[in-house]
Amino acid sequence: MQLVAPETVTFTKSGFCPGCGHGLAVRLIAETVEKMALNEKLITVVDVACGSLNINSWKFDTIMAAHGRPIPTAVGVKKVRPQNPVLAYIGDGAAYAIGMAEMMHVGIRNDNIITIVINNSLFGMTGGQCAPTSLPGQVTTSTPHGKNAEKWGMPFQIEKAFSGLEIAYLARGSLADAKGMNISKKYIEKAFEKHMNGEGFCLVELLSPCPTNLNMSPVKCAQRINEEMLRYFPLGEFKM
Amino acid sequence: MKKEIICAGFGGQGVLTAGMILIHAGMGQDQNVLFYPSYGSEMRGGTANCTVKVSDKMIASPVSKHPDILLALNTPAVEKFEPCLKSGGVLLVNSSIVPKEQKFREDIHVIKIPATDIAAEVQNLKAANLVMLGALAARTDLFEVDYLEKAILEFFEKKGKGIYNEKNASCYRQGVRAAKGQ
Amino acid sequence: MSKVLLKGNEALAEAALAAGCRFYSGYPITPQTEILEYLSWRMEEVGGVFIQAESELSGINMVLGAAAAGARALTSSSGPGFSLKQEGISYLVAADLPAVIVDVMRIGTGLGDISQGQGDYWQLTRGGGHGDYRTIVLAPASVQENADFMSEAFELAEKYRHPVLIASDAAIGQMIEAVEIAEFQEHNIDKFGWTVKGCKKGDEHRKIQNVYYTHPDYEAFLRGKYKEIEEKEQRYEMIQVEDAEVVLVAYGISSRVCMETVEMAREKGLKVGLIRPITLWPFPTKAFQKALHARLFLSVEINILGQMADDIRLAVKGKVPVVHYGSIFEIPEPEDMIKKIEEWLNKEEV
Repeated sequence: MQLVAPETVTFTKSGFCPGCGHGLAVRLIAETVEKMALNEKLITVVDVACGSLNINSWKFDTIMAAHGRPIPTAVGVKKVRPQNPVLAYIGDGAAYAIGMAEMMHVGIRNDNIITIVINNSLFGMTGGQCAPTSLPGQVTTSTPHGKNAEKWGMPFQIEKAFSGLEIAYLARGSLADAKGMNISKKYIEKAFEKHMNGEGFCLVELLSPCPTNLNMSPVKCAQRINEEMLRYFPLGEFKM
Repeated sequence: MKKEIICAGFGGQGVLTAGMILIHAGMGQDQNVLFYPSYGSEMRGGTANCTVKVSDKMIASPVSKHPDILLALNTPAVEKFEPCLKSGGVLLVNSSIVPKEQKFREDIHVIKIPATDIAAEVQNLKAANLVMLGALAARTDLFEVDYLEKAILEFFEKKGKGIYNEKNASCYRQGVRAAKGQ
Repeated sequence: MSKVLLKGNEALAEAALAAGCRFYSGYPITPQTEILEYLSWRMEEVGGVFIQAESELSGINMVLGAAAAGARALTSSSGPGFSLKQEGISYLVAADLPAVIVDVMRIGTGLGDISQGQGDYWQLTRGGGHGDYRTIVLAPASVQENADFMSEAFELAEKYRHPVLIASDAAIGQMIEAVEIAEFQEHNIDKFGWTVKGCKKGDEHRKIQNVYYTHPDYEAFLRGKYKEIEEKEQRYEMIQVEDAEVVLVAYGISSRVCMETVEMAREKGLKVGLIRPITLWPFPTKAFQKALHARLFLSVEINILGQMADDIRLAVKGKVPVVHYGSIFEIPEPEDMIKKIEEWLNKEEV
């Protein structure tokens, strides 16, 4: 078997840390887009966070939006260019903290965009602070004694918040191992299919390693996803 | 010629519509026109009012401190705006609602029109404003009586809501008659 | 086109459509809400996009996306809501994106009140968001200018790839005047190469991001852009300034009252003139160079702190006294203003 890198991925220096999940997500998106022959059409919107580096990692027309606002920005693009697939690529901070209002309302309106959420259970770019997705007891730079869930709440599960909304697609995959990635890729493909059919809002959350801020080896980070994150973030499709 | 008019009354008496009709009529004669509705906390309760300006010159300020004409459809309207009326100005009063005992300034022309009664007689209560406009046309040099009636007709046609019907016309014409008789 | 009677806010909205704007996302707030309400039905009629967003933040960021995709995009708000848009305006500036944002000013700090005011001068002209920037600000003084400035705003926004602000106010937004709306023009979303549209194989993909990251000589680029705007885009009107001893300075609704004041003052033999800034930024310093013979400048504003007075002082380089005349509770009255002018003229020093 010969592995071929997707054409839509650049090989400029990405800036991602070793063992980071962003590169994996980029590859899965690029492979999907090429498979579906959408590479000349896709427009992406990235967040001000680690994901913003993707503006140089892929060869899609890309907007770097304001922190937490890629979703409304992507909605603006899609409304102007309804023929183009439009994807917002954001972290769990943009998705469930600063951008939570926008997340809920894109769901209420069921706007036809794809959103990929990289959930690494913390704020990466700013140096590893507590996020709505941080696990109980998780040590972060803003919860030095471990996250007190009574004070800061339990890890946020989007499938519960969206349970009453008529969105097109919602799934959670993992970037922890090959199996997880294969399934995640299928989810991404499905999101693109539904998006191209004009079915509405498609969200795929990907559990992703952040060795730098968790202060773990990449292998340990992957283990943590499988052993700890999965307890709070079940994988699967929640809206189909 | 530059005329400043304030139309005031209870909400629902059609004072804003009266103002709109006046600027529509003014525009029809290539005059400069401006309509400024009561705004801010005034909108909550109390009187509804609007300022209308019609001029052959450019209109500067949207507010009128000393109007030439006051169309007052209720007592609060008289109380609020009569004091600022220009000396020699025209006060058209809805005498169906403003009591007989009401005292008025002596340096202004006061024309009392039982507008609500006239409108009620033709079972067209909403058209008290048109009665007042009839009186205004008859007693000021703002618009010719026939021209303003034509403008009212056009105004309602453009609005699409019907129709300047016989009842409306009757209100307007009775307003003209009532004012001329004074 | 014949004249029609429109509310200031409606004229603004209709003129945006005439200018080829086919994207609006906003949030209700008095006294600009008629813009949103008008476009809620009218945008559909012309085949454009109307979105009542969940917040001003979302609204401005939708505009950012639409502008990046090539549309002539508009949003509008008033005072408190406009503050929320500042973050997005800063991002529009950073990424060299054209868009038009309207502030129908109301009065006050915090909630304030919904009556007319001119308290947003600072946040409009200083670059009210974060960072090192300014935006062109057009200040209409009539319903007709509300309409005329809309297409101009889009032209300027595209010319400089920069957001343009329109500083309207509650009085102009709410009043009705006869107005002529320009002929409808089509805007082609593919007019510019830089807009996101999908990247052809082998091409360089388009990146809409802070130019800071990509420009080879960012500092020179920034200096050049702002200098060019300051030199070329100052707009103003001067009324009887040539021999004026007292020059009123006012924009928007205040300038209307000042026009009346000048007329009344001249009838009384007082030498009063008016400079009406049409662009609040760039501030029309050129007008003031022609008015340095005056004994006094009077900044007439509907605010208490005299926000524009600062700019006048800079424009006259301290050579002539500048006094603020303002109230927040009503539109200034010509008679009162003339009384004050007479008092000042009778004083030895100001």
